[in-house]
Amino acid sequence: MSETPEVRGFRDHGSWAGPELVEALRERFDSGMLGDSAAHGEREVTIRREILPALARWLKEEQGFEMLLDLTAVDYLGKRETRFEVVAHFYSLSGNRRLRVCVPLREEAAELPSLTSLWKAADWYEREIWDLYGIRFAGHPDLRRLLLYDQFKGHPLRKDYRMKDRQPLIGPEAVRPAGAGEERAHG
Amino acid sequence: MAESVGTSPVSIRSRDLTLNMGPSHPTTHGIVRLKVSTQGEEIVDCDIEIGYLHRGFEKMCENHPWNQAVVYVDRLNYVSPIINDVGYHMAVEKLLDIEVPARGQWMRMLTSELMRICDHQTCVAASCMELGAFTAFLYLIKGRDLLWEVLEKICGARVTTSYTRIGGLAYEPYPGMKEEILDLFTDLRDINREIDKLMSDNRIFIDRTRGIGALDRETCLSYGFTGPVARAAGIEYDVRVQHPYMLYNQVDFDIPVCSNGDCYDRYLVRLNEMEQSLRIIEQCLAKLPAAGPVSVEDARYTPPPKELVYTRIEPLMNHFKHHMWGHMIAPPAGAVYHAVEGGNGELGFYLVSTGEERPWKVRCRPPCFGLTQALKEMIIGGMVSDVVPIFGSINMIGGELDR
Repeated sequence: MSETPEVRGFRDHGSWAGPELVEALRERFDSGMLGDSAAHGEREVTIRREILPALARWLKEEQGFEMLLDLTAVDYLGKRETRFEVVAHFYSLSGNRRLRVCVPLREEAAELPSLTSLWKAADWYEREIWDLYGIRFAGHPDLRRLLLYDQFKGHPLRKDYRMKDRQPLIGPEAVRPAGAGEERAHG
Repeated sequence: MAESVGTSPVSIRSRDLTLNMGPSHPTTHGIVRLKVSTQGEEIVDCDIEIGYLHRGFEKMCENHPWNQAVVYVDRLNYVSPIINDVGYHMAVEKLLDIEVPARGQWMRMLTSELMRICDHQTCVAASCMELGAFTAFLYLIKGRDLLWEVLEKICGARVTTSYTRIGGLAYEPYPGMKEEILDLFTDLRDINREIDKLMSDNRIFIDRTRGIGALDRETCLSYGFTGPVARAAGIEYDVRVQHPYMLYNQVDFDIPVCSNGDCYDRYLVRLNEMEQSLRIIEQCLAKLPAAGPVSVEDARYTPPPKELVYTRIEPLMNHFKHHMWGHMIAPPAGAVYHAVEGGNGELGFYLVSTGEERPWKVRCRPPCFGLTQALKEMIIGGMVSDVVPIFGSINMIGGELDR
C-alpha cells in the first residue's frame, strides 16, 4: 500500500492525434496551414480561415472526427498582431484522438464560415462567440446573442471591455413592442 | 360531460398557443425559459432562452490570479463542485507542469466520485419527484445528505467546497474518514436498491419516460453529447476510460451503456453509475496512502503551514503574497485543454497563459450546453407533459450553462 504507485496525472494523456494527421493535413491543405504544435502533448494546428469549412468537412467525413467538442475564441489584444483566434476542439470517438484547430482572425475581418451544417453543436457555440466576442459566422441560420440580452452594447469578453463597465439590465420583455406576434400565456 | 363532448365537437374552439415555461417554473430547476408553441397538447415549436444565470465567469477569472479562480469554478456545477475544482486545477497544473503527490490524487478521485454520486442522486431525485414520486426524492436526498456530512468534515463546506488547490488539496483527509465513508455504503446501496424497486418497474414512471425524448446516436454525436445522456444512447464514451487521468487506470469499474437514448435509459445509466462510483470509492479508500503529502512541496504553489505563518516573518509574507496576489504563480506562455468526467459529461478547461500572474483566458466547456441546446429537438412533436421528464433527464445546471 505504501510503495509509491505509478502516478499518471496528465502526463501520458495520450489521446491526441499523432503527427501523421498533420502530415496528411499538410499534403491536402498545404497553402492553408500556418503552423502546428504539440506542446503539452496536445496536437494543435493553426490554419487560414479560408480552408476551415473544407478542413472541417474532411476531418468529419474522412478522418472520423464525429464530434465538435468545443468552440471558443480568444482575444489577443496587445499580445499578437492578429487580434482574435477562434479555437475548435474536435474529437474522434472511433479513433480516440483529439485535435485542436486555431484560426487567427484580424479585427476588421472578424468573420468565419459557420460550421452549423456539419455539427449541430456549432449553433450555440457560434452564437456564444458572437455574443461575447463579436465574431460573426457567415451562414449561421440564427445568429442572435445567446447569454446576454439583445439590447446589450458591446461584447464583454473583448479585452477592451473593462470589467467594471456597467450597463442597465433590461429584461427581454420590457422592450418588446406590445402585441408583437406573441400571445399571452393565460389568454 | 363525456357525452356533450362527443355530440358537439365543432363547438370546441381551438387555437395555437405560445406558452412560457420559465424562466421561473417548477419544472425548470435552474433558470431557463422555454417558449413553446402548442397545438392542443402537442408542441410544434420551441425556443430556448438561456443566460439568466450569466455572471461573467470568464471575465472574472481573467481579472484574478490563477489561484483565486477556485471559488468561481466551484459555482459552475454546484451539484458536483469538486469535479470542477479538480478539472480546473489539473489544467493549471498541466500548464505549470507539476504533479500532485499520489495521496492528493487518490483524495481527488475519491471526492470526485462522491460528487458524482451526489450529482446523480440529485438528478434522479428531481426527475422522479416531478413525475409524482416524492418518496424517491426524499430517499435520495437523505442519501445525499449523508454524503454531504462527510464532505463537510473533509473540506468544511457542503455545497461550495473550494477543496482543491494548485498543486494539491486545501486540507488533509481527517482521521477516521475511511471508516466513516465505508459505514455509509450499506445505507447508500440500500437507497439505490429501494429506488430501483420503486421506480424501475413502476408503470407510471415507465409510461412517462420510455421512448420519451429519445435521440439517436448520430444526432447525439452531432450535438456533442457526453456523459450519462450520451451513454444512454449507446455512445461508449467516458473521459475516465478513453483519456484516463489521475489514477483511474488503476481502479476497476464498468461503464453502464444503454441503447434507446430515452429518459428511461438515462435514469438507468445514472442509477448504475452510482454503484460504479461506490466501487471506485472502495478502491480509493483501500489504496489511499496513510501518510504523505497531499500537495506539492513547493513554496510557489503551496502556502506555508499556519504554525509557521503565525511565528515566522518569511512564511507570513509568503502567505499574504500567495493568498492576496497569487504572486509566483505564473505559468509559462501557452495553452492547454484538460478534460475530466463531470456529472454530466466531459468537463473541459481550455486555459491560455501569457506568462503573467493572471490567466489570459479560462474557458469552461460545460457538458450540459449541448444537452440543453438539443432540448428543442427532444420536445418538439411531444406533449406538453413530456417536457417535464425530458428536462429532468438532461440535468441542466444553470451555473455551468450560463457561466
